[in-house]
Amino acid sequence: MTVTSSNSPSHSHGADIKVVPLQAPRLTTEAPILTARGVSRQFGAVTALKDVDVTLYPREVLGIVGESGSGKSTLLRMLNLEDQPDSGDYTLSLPEYAGQNLFTLTRFERRQLRVRHIGIVYQNPYLGLRMKNSSSGNVAERLVLAGERTFATLREAGKVSLAASEFPLTRMDDPPIQLSGGMQQRVQLAKAIALRPALLLLDEPTTGLDVSVQALVLDTLRRLRRERGMAMIVVSHDLGVIRTLADRVMVMRHGQVLEHGLVDQVLDDPQHPYTQQLVHAKL
Amino acid sequence: MTATPSTPTLKDLAHQWQDHSYAFLDESSKRELRRTMLKAVALPGYQVPYASREVPIARGWGTGGLQATLSLIGPKDTLKVIDQGADDSVNAANLRRFVSRMTGVATTTDATAATLIQSRHRVPEEILGERQVLVLQVPDPEPLRSVEPDISIARQMHADADYGLMWLKLYEQLVRYGRIVQGASYPSLVHGRYVISPSPIPRWDVPKLHQARHLTILSAGREKRLYAVPPYTDVRPLEFDDIPYAVEDQSGHTCFRTGVTQKFMNELPQDDGSALFELSDAGYGEKILNAAEGDGPAPERTYFNDEGRFYHDGYLK
Repeated sequence: MTVTSSNSPSHSHGADIKVVPLQAPRLTTEAPILTARGVSRQFGAVTALKDVDVTLYPREVLGIVGESGSGKSTLLRMLNLEDQPDSGDYTLSLPEYAGQNLFTLTRFERRQLRVRHIGIVYQNPYLGLRMKNSSSGNVAERLVLAGERTFATLREAGKVSLAASEFPLTRMDDPPIQLSGGMQQRVQLAKAIALRPALLLLDEPTTGLDVSVQALVLDTLRRLRRERGMAMIVVSHDLGVIRTLADRVMVMRHGQVLEHGLVDQVLDDPQHPYTQQLVHAKL
Repeated sequence: MTATPSTPTLKDLAHQWQDHSYAFLDESSKRELRRTMLKAVALPGYQVPYASREVPIARGWGTGGLQATLSLIGPKDTLKVIDQGADDSVNAANLRRFVSRMTGVATTTDATAATLIQSRHRVPEEILGERQVLVLQVPDPEPLRSVEPDISIARQMHADADYGLMWLKLYEQLVRYGRIVQGASYPSLVHGRYVISPSPIPRWDVPKLHQARHLTILSAGREKRLYAVPPYTDVRPLEFDDIPYAVEDQSGHTCFRTGVTQKFMNELPQDDGSALFELSDAGYGEKILNAAEGDGPAPERTYFNDEGRFYHDGYLK
C-alpha cells in the first residue's frame, strides 16, 4: 500500500512507508454550483419528495434515475422553480443570488432567475415550445423575456443557438409543429441554452425518439457540455442515456434517494437491492 | 326662504321628471361606472372590472361604450357617435338615437363641437380638446391574450409589468411577413406602466392618444372591463429598437369627395379594378364640404397635416 489516507492510523507503525495524501477529485474541490438540502413535498397523502439532497458541481452532469412516480420530475420542477416544496433550501452559486434560499424568492424574481440562469428541456416538447410560432421565435422568447429589444440581435442569437444545437438553419422559421420529434428537442435545447444558463435541466430529453435520433441528440448534448462547460441534471429512466451523459448518478424511489455515486460505480456495482434490480431489468 | 333669481334652485338644475331613469341606467349603476372610470383614470391603462348591466343592444355591439356614455352624459352635453369613422351606419345611428331619446341631449357629427364622442374603432382626424371625452368600444381588452391564454397568468404578468412576450408576437410577424401586419389594437404602453390593447383603432390612430388633450375611456361590455388614457399621458406603441413603429401609409391616396390627402382613407373598389379613396372620418369630410359652400365652420387643425406629419414633432420616426 503506497496510497493511504493522511488521517488513517495505519501509518503510525511503519515509518518507512511514504505517505501520499489522498486528493479529492478536482470536480469536488470546487464550490458546488447547485446545492439543495432537505427538499420535501407532500401531495395530500402522497409523498412526492422526502428529504432529498442534491449537489451539482461546475461542468458536471448529474443523472437521476428511477421508475415512474419516484419523484424525479417533481424534483426537477422544484429545481426549475416551477413548484414550491413544503420544506427545503436551494442555492445556486450566482453572484446576484449568493447565499439566498431560492425557494423564498417572489414570483417575479423566480421568473427572472429561471429565464436568465436555468435552461430546461422537457420530454414533451408541447410543454416547452410554442408550437405555432417559428422555431427561431421560440429561441428568441428567452432573450425577449430577458429584455432584448433589437430585432437583428434576436435573429442572430436565434441562429447561433439553433446552430449550436445542430438544428438545420434552413428550417429555422418553421413552426415546431411541422418538425420531427428529434428536431423539436433540438429547438427546445437551443431555447434552453440561448442565454448560456448556469444550469441545464433535461427531463427525459430523448424518450420517445427512435434510437438513431436519440444517439444524435445525446451526441449534441455531450458536445455542448464539452464546449460550453454547462452543469446539467439529466432525469431519465433509460440507464443507457445516463451512462452516456452523466458523471454521477442518483437513484430515486418513492421520493427518496436510495443510492448515489459515480456512474460506473453505481451501475456496475449497485449496492441497494432496488438499484440491483433496476440495473438487471434489461429487456 | 326663496332663492334669488341668480342662484339656480335644485329644480332648475335637475332634468325634467320622466317615467324612466335619466340616461336609461339606474343611478347606482351609473355611480358604479363613474367610480370605475375614476379608478381607471387614476391607474392609466389598468383594466378595472365593472358590473356591465344589460342595455337594449346585444353584447358585442358596443354595450361597454354605451354604458360609459350613459353614465358620463349630462343634459348640457353634445354627443357624436362614430362607427368605423361614419356617423350614419346602423350601429352609430341606433346608438345616437337611443342616447338622445334617453337623455334629450343635442347630437352632432362635428367632432370638435361634441363634448362626448362614442366611437367604434376610430379616433377623429381633427385634434380633440381638453373638454372632450372619447369613449371607445372594445371587443377584447386583453393585449396578452394572444401570447398567454390563461387570464389569471395574464393578470400576474400585468402586475409584474412582464410584457416581453408582446415582442415575441411582433417578432413572429416580422419573420413571417417581413413587416408588422398588426393593423388594429396595436399594443401600446400607457404612462410607462400598463400595456393596453387600444380597441381596434388602426395604427394611424394610436399616436393620437399620446399626450392627448382629451380623456379616452375604453370600455369592453362583454368582458366587463374598462381602462382609460387620461389627458396628457404618454402612449407608446411597442416597437423594436431597430424597427420603428409606423402608421399606415396614406400617401398617394386622395379623397374623391373632398380632395383631402394624408388622412385615413377607405378604399372603394371599382368595377374596372381600380379603386377610389374616401375619408374614413365622415364627419370631417362633411365639415370640409359644408365649409367650402360657406355653410358651416371651417375644419380645424388635424393630428396629421397635409404632408402626413404628426402634430407631436419627433414622436413618429
